[in-house]
Amino acid sequence: MSPAIAGAATPAAGTNPAAGLLDRWEPVIGIEVHCQLRTASKMFCGCSTAYDGAPPNSHVCPVCLGLPGALPVINRRAVELVLATGAAIGATTPDATRWDRKNYFYPDLPKGYQISQYDLPLAAAGSLTFETSAGPFTVRITRAHLEEDTAKLVHQPGPDGRPLSLVDFNRSGAPLMEIVTEPDIRTAEQGRRYAEELQLLLRTIGASDADMERGQMRVEANVSLRRRGTEAFGTRIEVKNMNSFRSVERAIAFEIERQAAILDEGKTLVMETRGWSDDRAETYRMRVKETSDDYRYFPEPDLPPLRVDPSWLAAIRSSLPELPAARRTRYQERLGLSAYDAGVLTADADAANLFEATLAADASLDPKPVANWVIGDYLRLRNAATGRIAVNHAELADLIKRVNAGELSRASGREVLGAHIAGGESVASIVATRGLRQISDAGALGAIVDEVIAANPSAVADVRAGKPQAIGFLVGQVMKATRGQANAGAVQAALRERLGGS
Amino acid sequence: MSAASTGTTRLFGHEMAERLRSGEVSCRGLVTDALEFAERQNHALNAWLVIDRERALADADVADRRLAEARRAGAWAIESLHPLLGLPVGLKDLVSVRGGQCTAGSRILEGYRAPYDAHITERLRGAGAVILGKTNMDEFAMGSSTEHSAYGPTSNPWDLDRVPGGSSGGSAAAVAAYHVPFGIGTDTGGSIRQPGALTGIVGLKPTYGRVSRYGIVAFASSLDQIGPLARDVRDAAALLHAVAGRDERDSTSAPIPVPDDLIRLPASDDEAGTWLEGKRFGLPKEYFVAGMEPGVEAAVRAAVGAIEAAGATVDEVSLPHTDYGLATYYIVAPAEASANLARYDGVRYGHSVRLEGGDFIADYLATRGGGFGAEVKRRIMLGTYALSAGYYDAFYLKAQKVRTLIKRDFDLVFERGFDALVAPTSPSVAFRFGARMADPVAMYLSDACTLPVNIAGLPGVSIPCGLSEGLPVGLQLIGPAWSEAPLLRAARAYEGITADAPWRGVEPAGLAAADIPATPTPAERVAAGAH
Amino acid sequence: MAGLTRADVEHVAYLARLGLTEAELDRLEGQLNHILDQYAKLAELDTSAIPPTAQTIELENILRDDVVTPSLAVADVLGNAPARSGDFVVVPPILGGDAS
Repeated sequence: MSPAIAGAATPAAGTNPAAGLLDRWEPVIGIEVHCQLRTASKMFCGCSTAYDGAPPNSHVCPVCLGLPGALPVINRRAVELVLATGAAIGATTPDATRWDRKNYFYPDLPKGYQISQYDLPLAAAGSLTFETSAGPFTVRITRAHLEEDTAKLVHQPGPDGRPLSLVDFNRSGAPLMEIVTEPDIRTAEQGRRYAEELQLLLRTIGASDADMERGQMRVEANVSLRRRGTEAFGTRIEVKNMNSFRSVERAIAFEIERQAAILDEGKTLVMETRGWSDDRAETYRMRVKETSDDYRYFPEPDLPPLRVDPSWLAAIRSSLPELPAARRTRYQERLGLSAYDAGVLTADADAANLFEATLAADASLDPKPVANWVIGDYLRLRNAATGRIAVNHAELADLIKRVNAGELSRASGREVLGAHIAGGESVASIVATRGLRQISDAGALGAIVDEVIAANPSAVADVRAGKPQAIGFLVGQVMKATRGQANAGAVQAALRERLGGS
Repeated sequence: MSAASTGTTRLFGHEMAERLRSGEVSCRGLVTDALEFAERQNHALNAWLVIDRERALADADVADRRLAEARRAGAWAIESLHPLLGLPVGLKDLVSVRGGQCTAGSRILEGYRAPYDAHITERLRGAGAVILGKTNMDEFAMGSSTEHSAYGPTSNPWDLDRVPGGSSGGSAAAVAAYHVPFGIGTDTGGSIRQPGALTGIVGLKPTYGRVSRYGIVAFASSLDQIGPLARDVRDAAALLHAVAGRDERDSTSAPIPVPDDLIRLPASDDEAGTWLEGKRFGLPKEYFVAGMEPGVEAAVRAAVGAIEAAGATVDEVSLPHTDYGLATYYIVAPAEASANLARYDGVRYGHSVRLEGGDFIADYLATRGGGFGAEVKRRIMLGTYALSAGYYDAFYLKAQKVRTLIKRDFDLVFERGFDALVAPTSPSVAFRFGARMADPVAMYLSDACTLPVNIAGLPGVSIPCGLSEGLPVGLQLIGPAWSEAPLLRAARAYEGITADAPWRGVEPAGLAAADIPATPTPAERVAAGAH
Repeated sequence: MAGLTRADVEHVAYLARLGLTEAELDRLEGQLNHILDQYAKLAELDTSAIPPTAQTIELENILRDDVVTPSLAVADVLGNAPARSGDFVVVPPILGGDAS
């Protein structure tokens, strides 16, 4: 149980395995995700799921407390969210399914059994495809089923200093979806990307808020190594307690290295559950599985079976929003965005919404500059901001149009966007009040250009000596003098005309 | 009131209701009589685990006020009163009553106070019935004699040295001893019908799904049903009518209407009896099991004769898989129970052992090892084994398949158009304390004639049909699913044609002794019997 | 069918979290095997073509709408707890690590 023992004498986790390791060993990784479903009430009772920050045991009733005589009733919404997830990953749903009791004793499990699904999950045989640094990758998803969450245990020292275990039943009975992959994953990056893509999918269809920090999405990786070219799986190690995508990648990478190091020494691994510690950047032993657990599953007699008729499934499928993969394809193939831009926009709901709304606001706009403004400017400002920021899509459309028309310089455009975010003022009035109209006519520019030439003899000399880059310096000086309002092209032309640079 | 006078306690519920409406008696009067008998005789019977005098009298006064208002308002208001208004009822101590104890006859629930009402508690309170208290039972309803109660056994009012049957023995004894006209029991393998038979009263096990299980401590979820015990069929039907019907908190409670015929059973015995003309009954030959007492068989055969004499036909039928019922039941019920009883871990309520420096696993072992009685541990062991890795298919799955065959037996018979099946309820009359405690299988055989009905989820009612060795014999009527109304109509008809039978007027022989404070308690009788 | 050994009885008792005395284990070994003998009767039946019955009631899709209903008062939740600390229930010490 002491973290010190575990993973000792193994290299600290980088995310790129030591050279040669992967020639000898092939990592075989499967991922289990538990996520809390976005419902108002719990899985089998009417208690509210809005218990975050509430006092302990304030969202509890006879059912989720496991009192004598209490009985479960299925939350329809929870079922539909799992069916929607199944539809989104191309899974199949059996026409008849049911619930089973998974029997084990633990202080966070009030009834002494968890109502879950054993051999008839609501969704089976789906898949999820996502981009990695090595290109697109597809993970087969074995199953997605519905179950109830456990209560929350809190460990703290008691008055006598000895460890005290406390339980808060607010989380008990919250609806939980378990999603299990086939052991298709081979690298730590694929593991992280799978979790990221799954979170994006679950958020897109509204199945879960899937916030890892808040425990709404819990990722467990089953990591094993096998000698290259062999089929049989190696000893499986279950890794949990990863509370961010980065720690998912680091934990898997660490396990690959740790297991390889042990196997290379000719030692063997034991089936165990290990936890990931971000601070120590290592996994530590939580419990060893001496024997396979005997959960004594049997059909839950308190719940009649569930029949999912095709029309119900069809209604759920038809109400699905555009899924991330489809959106990325549309952005690239129909709107001509780069794979990178399509990915960034799709991964960020705010950005995607602003992008779509801005395009909708003005059909004449070319998607590419709009994507550039949303990614390059809006996202930059939003990520820098402390609170939320608001950009009116019609105003952004107006702004982009003015810049495209040469009425505003790119620099002034940024200033206007900043002002709009700051005060909510319209682009038109900002441009007017700040007099940001771009100076393009030679007459108005001429005088300024002449002043700059007079003030910078050495640069002028360089230009004349045929150092074209000096032109850039002079252009910059003119821009400075005009607070960025000068039309860069017109300034270049005026300088060349006067200095005769080709 | 002197011990000699029986006050209003000998009245049936429907008779009490008439007198309450006419103002001839007050509810306080009824409840005072009931309390006096229950409190005086509980020493000798141990039928009640708790009697709530204050609450009962307070509820009685509320009922009296409602009755007075209705009488002022006129006939229509009297008519619209609930049939159970102001009538005393006893609840098996596994029915949750907010703020009250709910031990299920187990030490592991000692001190537990239910923070909520069971569905049927809400229904009974809504009807204005007066809950007199909670009655004794085999621990977690596992037993056929009430000897498996952690709070001592209950005596049978007919012979204080004998068991009242079980597991609803406390409710059966309280009703048979005239403490209350109504008792609530639960029936998983015969726990209403068998004690009803052994104490000479009516006991009904409704169709599975007819009465909500919400708030009833679970034994075996797919078999448990809640039902009435009463001294006549009309009272049993009225109590069923009051508690039956869909409850959205029990996913297995059926959205099937509860017929009002249940509260319109004929009052006249002659009228009731004529119903039998032209009816068809089946007599399952497998129910006359080896080891059935001759006196019991004789009484049941005589009852069949009376039914035929009243113009019905009774044909022998076969339910070929009956013999497999016992094994099937003793796999399915313990398996479900092993999970249902996993919640008793001493963490949130009830008996709890916290060992010095122990881990939670050690505390669980100590809490459960010490909190459960021998029979409950035996069944948890059976059920855990039947579900454990490697045995599921051979035991649990096999039993579920045989369950299908047993259910089909009944379906096929009823498809032939029988109105009901007639059979013995119990192969024996009430047995002596300790007679079956040594051999679990012998005890399990007490339910051989009742548990197939639970396995198939059907309604069954036990009604008195005579005496054997001076002890009551029960006749069981079994009907197709949701046939409670015609089934009770048939039971009422049998009451009608046997209204003048000599055994009808016989009173439980132990009541006189139960009135005497010097009479030994059931526990003392068990101890004495042991030597 | 396979008889229960003493070791089986102890294993099942642990699975069920029943702390049993030596005397209880002895008695149970005999009684459970006696009861298992009755089970053997089921093997007589060929049930290969028979579907299992988990419930006798023919209901399907009994679902509730996702509507919040009142919870218990905290006092009622904690009222029966053998040990408390503030609004928490104190559970037996957990030394064995994480849940299975």
